[in-house]
Amino acid sequence: LWRGPHTTDCPGTQSEQAGKVSSCEGCPNQKLCASGATKAPDPAIAEIGEKLATVKHKILVLSGKGGVGKSTFSAHLAHALASDSTKEVALLDVDICGPSVPRIMGLEGEQVHQSGSGWSPVYVEDNLSVMSIGFLLSSPDDAVIWRGPKKNGMIKQFLRDVDWGDLDYLIVDTPPGTSDEHLSIVQYLSATNVDGAVIITTPQEVSLQDVRKEIRFCQKVKLPIIGVVENMSGFVCPKCKNTSQIFPPTSGGAEKMCADLDLPLLGKVPLDPRIARSCDEGRSFLNEIPDSPAAQAYQRIVQSIQEYCSNNETAQSTT
Amino acid sequence: ISIVSSCEGCPNQKLCASGATKAPDPAIAEIGEKLATVKHKILVLSGKGGVGKSTFSAHLAHALASDSTKEVALLDVDICGPSVPRIMGLEGEQVHQSGSGWSPVYVEDNLSVMSIGFLLSSPDDAVIWRGPKKNGMIKQFLRDVDWGDLDYLIVDTPPGTSDEHLSIVQYLSATNVDGAVIITTPQEVSLQDVRKEIRFCQKVKLPIIGVVENMSGFVCPKCKNTSQIFPPTSGGAEKMCADLDLPLLGKVPLDPRIARSCDEGRSFLNEIPDSPAAQAYQRIVQSIQEYCSNNETAQSTT
Repeated sequence: LWRGPHTTDCPGTQSEQAGKVSSCEGCPNQKLCASGATKAPDPAIAEIGEKLATVKHKILVLSGKGGVGKSTFSAHLAHALASDSTKEVALLDVDICGPSVPRIMGLEGEQVHQSGSGWSPVYVEDNLSVMSIGFLLSSPDDAVIWRGPKKNGMIKQFLRDVDWGDLDYLIVDTPPGTSDEHLSIVQYLSATNVDGAVIITTPQEVSLQDVRKEIRFCQKVKLPIIGVVENMSGFVCPKCKNTSQIFPPTSGGAEKMCADLDLPLLGKVPLDPRIARSCDEGRSFLNEIPDSPAAQAYQRIVQSIQEYCSNNETAQSTT
Repeated sequence: ISIVSSCEGCPNQKLCASGATKAPDPAIAEIGEKLATVKHKILVLSGKGGVGKSTFSAHLAHALASDSTKEVALLDVDICGPSVPRIMGLEGEQVHQSGSGWSPVYVEDNLSVMSIGFLLSSPDDAVIWRGPKKNGMIKQFLRDVDWGDLDYLIVDTPPGTSDEHLSIVQYLSATNVDGAVIITTPQEVSLQDVRKEIRFCQKVKLPIIGVVENMSGFVCPKCKNTSQIFPPTSGGAEKMCADLDLPLLGKVPLDPRIARSCDEGRSFLNEIPDSPAAQAYQRIVQSIQEYCSNNETAQSTT
């Protein structure tokens, strides 16, 4: 009976086992890894720590599952936080293969400029800026077909080389999964203070199964979880007002998962066709349909996140 | 803006530049031999997450295996978020090792499945691996699983154009892959990612069997009004396929019973066979079967 991964795979150049286990035999890098040369701390981590010292709050938006509304949520969290014109907000998109943020923020076709102080992010409002690999492509249809190490390098540059300025909030949108992008963002932010992660899910068990893995990831890397958002939580027919559970919470939805894992459920957002339309059109549905149940749910969730962050601030200043 | 060369500063730079890392991987030839008895190989891809790749892969497998004379297998190469065991009703199953390799898990006599999900102690265990480790696992799935003689091998993938996608194509490069089925939903945010996946297929010379548009409208069960929950603001898959000269295999409406069936590990093709969704799927499966059998004919006449 075979229970765990076979040891013919690469343990990773940073691992204790680098160069030393049976799977390393025959790898051209074996001597190098075994010598410890690959385990020297990356100087970029300290540089990033310095660079982001003027960023008060950092929030990661994660999900184990794809297509649950991470980018939609990240973008609207950014809009909502920036609606206070005294706050400086930035949104960093580290989805290298499928960067949706430029489209959702209405910034398709924008370019990044380089100045003496680094790359300048793209400004949506005076107090709201965005960075994504989407801005570095010749065409939005260009595929970025990169393996892990190249993606990691890009993420490092986003954190080290972008001239974010002083920020109240840096929101980081991620792709689905628990792999290179996720390990790298946590690693490169390890010399900074990250407030925590917002976990996005939809109600069905197939999603929750992946999301529980993401929660385990957060626990493993000691990333605090601000709470969970359940998107696509029911659909109200615009004609007859009947509610359908299109993605039924067969195992109790996010509510039960949060109860089981002792995590805050920040809110449940219903499906609304105007959300996807707004995203396609690059407009904030918080402005387009402010009185909708979905927009109101989002606003309550944003408020919880603001309170969490300001409690963090108080906690830090009293230590 | 020029993206700084990612090789600078990498401790392996000199080694890679010397060409030592470019020797062909012997596993590629081994896999070519091992899969010589697999008649048809179909990859299910999407640039976008959550559009129904695993749902589609699982039901394609069920549909092809409904012909008891066909041997069908489903390989799940989503290492971080393996949904296939759940959808196939195989949660908790384990993989056994024999003299001829790892045995896949059988759903039916003629339908087997392999996923990293079967190798975890608990379905909630996170697989937190970087690219090279994931690639190693995919290699093992192809080289070490005792698939037997198959009519169809379906490969379900995670979203993106990265390690898993490059690796599956690379490791299958000594075999004949019929092509890829591309899954999308109607909205532009999805299509944007899907166009990248199509570019990927073109770059690696992977034929595209066609495109499936999931979540294509929702009919209210009470008043029968159709809502476009994910509106095709830029013309949906239909326009994209017209622009890129690709076949649109079909459009599948949203049906709450689909997600429920997946959660419960049952095939909705059996549960709700008369639903518009199931009928759409059956037509799509038929197109795929025809494509594959045309390939067979083409190959036997060359």
